[in-house]
Amino acid sequence: MKRPRREDIPGLVVLSAPLLWAVAFMFIPYVIIFTYSFWLKKYPTFVPAFQFGNYAQIFADPQYYQVLFRTGKIAIFVSILSLLMAYPFAYFLVFKVRSTRLRALLYMAVIAPLWVSYLLRAYTWKTILGSEGVLNSFLVWTGILGQPTDVFLYNQFSMVVTLTYIFIPFMVMPIYTALEKIPKNLVEAAGDLGVTPWGTLWKVIWPLSLPGVIAGATFTFCLTFGDFIAPFLVGGPDGVMVANVITSQYGAALNWPLGSALAIIMLIIVLAVIELSDRAQRAGRIGLG
Amino acid sequence: MASPQSVRLGRLAGDGVFVAVIAAILAYLYLPIVVLIIFSFNDSSSLTLPLSGFTWKWYDKFFANEDLITALRNSFYVAILTTALTLLIGVPAAFALDRLKFPGKTVFRRLILLPLVLPGIITGISMLNLFKFIGMGLSLQTVIIGQSTALMSIVVTQVFARLQRLNRNLEEAAADLGAKPWESFFYIILPNIRSAMIGSALLSFTLSFDEIPVTFFLTGRDNTLPMYIWSTMRRGITPEINAVGTLIVAFSLLLIALSVWLLKDDARS
Repeated sequence: MKRPRREDIPGLVVLSAPLLWAVAFMFIPYVIIFTYSFWLKKYPTFVPAFQFGNYAQIFADPQYYQVLFRTGKIAIFVSILSLLMAYPFAYFLVFKVRSTRLRALLYMAVIAPLWVSYLLRAYTWKTILGSEGVLNSFLVWTGILGQPTDVFLYNQFSMVVTLTYIFIPFMVMPIYTALEKIPKNLVEAAGDLGVTPWGTLWKVIWPLSLPGVIAGATFTFCLTFGDFIAPFLVGGPDGVMVANVITSQYGAALNWPLGSALAIIMLIIVLAVIELSDRAQRAGRIGLG
Repeated sequence: MASPQSVRLGRLAGDGVFVAVIAAILAYLYLPIVVLIIFSFNDSSSLTLPLSGFTWKWYDKFFANEDLITALRNSFYVAILTTALTLLIGVPAAFALDRLKFPGKTVFRRLILLPLVLPGIITGISMLNLFKFIGMGLSLQTVIIGQSTALMSIVVTQVFARLQRLNRNLEEAAADLGAKPWESFFYIILPNIRSAMIGSALLSFTLSFDEIPVTFFLTGRDNTLPMYIWSTMRRGITPEINAVGTLIVAFSLLLIALSVWLLKDDARS
């Protein structure tokens, strides 16, 4: 091994703390969780082993694989819904709002909720949608409903509404950044060449904004996929997601090996999504000259 | 062929629809916050319309609740130390990624940026496993380590982005003029990454103050504010939580205003 040269030494000092941190608190914990996923539950704790029983159980028992499917489905719904709202919003900001002040203000308005407690924002939807909540009492008060209904809360609808609400800012930010980078004269050129506004949107703006869309969708999907707070607050029995199952395996069920196996599956899915989005980003990098 | 006037009218109508859509999205984003604030002043323990009258009693209850105040103090303690740690480790990490060549750099980069998209629950349980494995008891300190790991990626991305834009000629010029490395760090690099550091520190602070998924697994007997609120939510809805929420909203607005004000000089240049 070659000795570090003198001018390398400041570099080593700079690198050592982050490197140690990453190894001690990220790499090693992931290795431990991976190891645990092969261990065996033996009441009241668990013992070292190397067997695939935990994984087999997840893929054989509908209780587990259905939760995985449901989580994926909800994460996709939330991503699509966020995109449908975030794109027009970002487009409006970049191409329709002329005043830079107003643009900055509207951008802040969409990002600001991120700074307000996540828990409280999720919880407020419970108070809005509940059978004794704001929406119901409003509908009864105005005479639209004869009596309160419980269809709004504790189902997948309330989950999608709440999660979309929470993750919209993560969608707006990258799309806004991508749209802002598009040279305005490109859009004008399309107009001068007789392309309709919709045509310009579809053929010029949309393809150039794809990196932002992909980044936003990746954020939204991954963060929704691992959420256990919204399901707990507004999900109800058919709104249980993977993270809730992991939580209960680490809590009441005391089956850490199974919980670890589920966490590893979640990790693999998240990493796969990131890898896919990375590749899509690279493939879609159309040169602008 | 449509007359220019009808085209213009059509475009105006289109813009009108657009404005309505934007207003609807903003309403969706702000309705829950408005509901939270209104009901924190509503003189009724159930959250139903019509409103029953103005009261301060939920705020009085909050300030009389010692558990809540302790939780609030714990949250400040955790958020301050977490923010300090994310800067202390995150800024050198951003430096290493920007300037140094070393084996395993790609793995290092991926690992350190992973928590940006990684659900907090994974960080939470993997660190719980580590602490159990080495026999370390859970406390606010373990929470701080866990949160720093999860939030460091924010500091790294912000500072790294700024470093990439930094003009390297400035440092070379400084070196040519005889500046030592630490001098060029304090007089050239630091002023240039200052706003990225402030911005990401404020964000770290807010996110730490609000953090649940990691804290949930790593806290011992002490509660942070969100964990305390979480535990009372299991018992049902109380307007006291709305009062806490309103105070948090006010505090967040203050932080946002602070960050806008601190970063004002940057926006101009």
